[in-house]
Amino acid sequence: MSAAAVHGGEGSAVAAQADEGHQWLAVVARAARLRRAQIGAAIVGLIALVALAGPLVAPHTPTEFVGAPNAGPSGTAVFGTDALGRDVLSRFLSGGRTVLWISAAATLLGVAAGTTVGLVAAYARGWLDELLMRLNDVMLAFPQIIFVLLAISVVGPKLWLIVLTVGATHAPRVARVMRGAAQQIVGRDFVDAAEAVGERRWRIVFGELLPNVTSTLLVELGLRMTYSIGLVAAVSFLGFGLQPPAADWGLMINENRLSITIQPWGVMLPVAVIGLLTIGVNLMTDGIARAAIGIDREVSA
Amino acid sequence: MSAVAAPGAPLVTISDLRIELADTGHDVVGEITVEVRAGEILGLVGESGSGMTTVGMALLGHVRRGGQVAGGTIEVAGRSLTALDARTLRGLRGAVVAYIPQDPATALNPALRIREQLEEVLDAHAPQRDAGARRRRVHEVLEEVALPADDAFLRRYPHQLSGGQQQRVSIAMAFIGRPRLIVCDEPTTGLDVTTQARVLRTVRELCRSHDVAALYVTHDLAVVAELADRVAVLYAGRIVEYGTRDELFTAPRHPYTRRLLRAVPDIAGRRAIVGIPGYAALPGSRPDGCAFHPRCDLASDECRAASPRASEVGPGHEVRCHHWADDRSGPAADAPGRARRQRVGEDVVLLAHDLDAFYGSAQALHGVRFEIRHDECLAVVGESGSGKTTLARCVAGLHRQWSGELRFGGERLAEVARRRSQAERQGIQYVFQNPYASLNPRRTVGQTIARQLQLFFPGPRRAIAQRVAECLEGVALSPRAARRFPDELSGGERQRVAIARALAARPRLLVCDEITSALDVSVQAAIIELLGELRAGTGLSLLFVTHELPIIRTIADRVVVMNEGRIVEQAPVEEIFSAPTAAYTRELLANTPSIEAALAQGTAWRP
Repeated sequence: MSAAAVHGGEGSAVAAQADEGHQWLAVVARAARLRRAQIGAAIVGLIALVALAGPLVAPHTPTEFVGAPNAGPSGTAVFGTDALGRDVLSRFLSGGRTVLWISAAATLLGVAAGTTVGLVAAYARGWLDELLMRLNDVMLAFPQIIFVLLAISVVGPKLWLIVLTVGATHAPRVARVMRGAAQQIVGRDFVDAAEAVGERRWRIVFGELLPNVTSTLLVELGLRMTYSIGLVAAVSFLGFGLQPPAADWGLMINENRLSITIQPWGVMLPVAVIGLLTIGVNLMTDGIARAAIGIDREVSA
Repeated sequence: MSAVAAPGAPLVTISDLRIELADTGHDVVGEITVEVRAGEILGLVGESGSGMTTVGMALLGHVRRGGQVAGGTIEVAGRSLTALDARTLRGLRGAVVAYIPQDPATALNPALRIREQLEEVLDAHAPQRDAGARRRRVHEVLEEVALPADDAFLRRYPHQLSGGQQQRVSIAMAFIGRPRLIVCDEPTTGLDVTTQARVLRTVRELCRSHDVAALYVTHDLAVVAELADRVAVLYAGRIVEYGTRDELFTAPRHPYTRRLLRAVPDIAGRRAIVGIPGYAALPGSRPDGCAFHPRCDLASDECRAASPRASEVGPGHEVRCHHWADDRSGPAADAPGRARRQRVGEDVVLLAHDLDAFYGSAQALHGVRFEIRHDECLAVVGESGSGKTTLARCVAGLHRQWSGELRFGGERLAEVARRRSQAERQGIQYVFQNPYASLNPRRTVGQTIARQLQLFFPGPRRAIAQRVAECLEGVALSPRAARRFPDELSGGERQRVAIARALAARPRLLVCDEITSALDVSVQAAIIELLGELRAGTGLSLLFVTHELPIIRTIADRVVVMNEGRIVEQAPVEEIFSAPTAAYTRELLANTPSIEAALAQGTAWRP
């Protein structure tokens, strides 16, 4: 006799978990049902829209003088003018693009590099693992901002350098987390199965391990993005990002900080938006993290 | 000693018990009606998901999270558990009803010494006892379970004991409060047969000598045959058959019981095992009518429409089936043993010579020598720690630290798979023990098999997809399964996929490492049948690693028995069972529970 009749692969025992296959899609879908993730996505979306479309709708160009320095809100300058007499609202609307793209690029770079190092270390074990992790520790000994400033003081204030160094300082932090996540996977039999048929090593790392750690990867992306935003804004604030007279949120805080008691808007607007952006990304990340470990839904028996 | 109940009066009465999932209202178990008398052992048998643990837990007045008692009554020693509040129930547990868990390693508190574990139970129920009486009781109960009662032993922590000792400590904890009823939840599942035999003997003797009733929950029919007085067979939350042990094993009436008995391999009998197609549905997805009908040969429209009531077919023998009277096949349908394989080929496919394997400085294999011929199935049998899995992994190139010689088709094999030739990697394929871990959960079944094909027989995408479908059909799966992820498949289906993946490489040697130990018996039998069918006429050789002696009888040509990294006996399969030479083999055979041997002995161990 044969079992063919029933083993159709249909109506299987646990079809309810069908969405588990594409882990990251399923996690994102579940996160999207969470209120916190929805709020986070709305905030991030709104700010991204402001940063991208802002220059198009700004009433003035960011460098044009529209009134007396540190003037209060008026008809021509809704949020007043900055320390040099430029329109705060226009500079605010034009100053977001750089922060966003540098943060995003640095995050992607850092997470990609860190994930590769982490997965390779977890897979290799032995001396290579040891070597990579000790190098990681050396990198971790530098506070991120110090490392970035050090590089800038040697090479000069270049945007690509900020992307590179912020990314580079994220990498060891990401590597640790991804290594931990991948260590749970490397011991599983399907990795041995690939090993036994002589699958190439890079295929095991990226084909067998990576798809099983995507939810950790998503959480790391979000987390590193919040750090990137803070770092990039800080570097700008210190004057090593975009150079005056260009508009930039971090730079705006620096330019207007002395006049904060007379004309608070020049500082308040960029501070508020950077804060909100961080909160928004964090809420999204938290939603994804919750969806990934399954506390978003009722535990059923 | 507790007062002995009036003879014949049941100590435990469960009537019409129904437990359902609180959120959906689907029943986990229903219409459960059983009685257990003092000194009697009721075996509750079922496959995973049948609800047997739920029934066992209900006797402790406990329902797992998400479930609730929706009807019926449970009476133990004259008290209705369903009517008691949590506080009274706590007082009852340990004193009237005690529990022996499946896994003592997690049930014992790792931070407490054995003395503390045991005294804790006493303190909970009889805090007034003076220290001397307490000590005497602890010593007494340890002697009963055949553990040393000296202070050195009592000062140990659970991790300093072997698995069998841990289980006997948890038995001692169950018996120390002199309960009237013991609930055993598969207490021997993780143990080797030798230890299992000892634990079973202990439970049996304690129940008899102290007149304690027991509910023994297990999936192992042979254990039930050796231990129980009466047996209830549970399927999809219903007791489908209930009767005395002898009735149930010699004259089973329910089609499920019959099929189940045919699926169980037995060391005492040479017969083919026959699996049951499909698998048991879980609560919430069980079919209407009789839950067994999709897997039943006798299924009629009546079965699809209405759930059968229990009918009395003999004294104390009840069956829940519309067609119990249509006696079609006997329990052990005299299917002749697998047609004796004509002859095994002459050429040696795999030769092991003085194989030593190590884990760090510990040696796992000592000078192992064997050969596997073309078209031959060599079974490697041993208990945990015997080195059998290490041996399999050496052959597959998954274990690095070994020396000696492995020759595949005459060529010497490198240690690890990566340093072997493509042809060697293709020629030796490995099927893992646990199908839940051996398939990448993020790949569809189709992708998994396609990758294997691309590695060994590269071709255009179209042709590969076609071959994936053929591979799936080869293991009796629908080609549509290719689009499924492993999570969507049952354990048996996953193991079929794993076999399909291995066979896609068209190997000459298939290494099977305990491939059925994670599966239910009915599914195990189907997998074994499948392996037999797949091998027929292909000349495929098999290295079949297992800890279960009964199963090799139906599949192996020759057997290697291993103990502590050494081969203790090597012989044709018939000789292992009829004329074992090594003392170790004889001990293994003696300790392996067997339905036929238990029935042949009658009720020998009744006092």
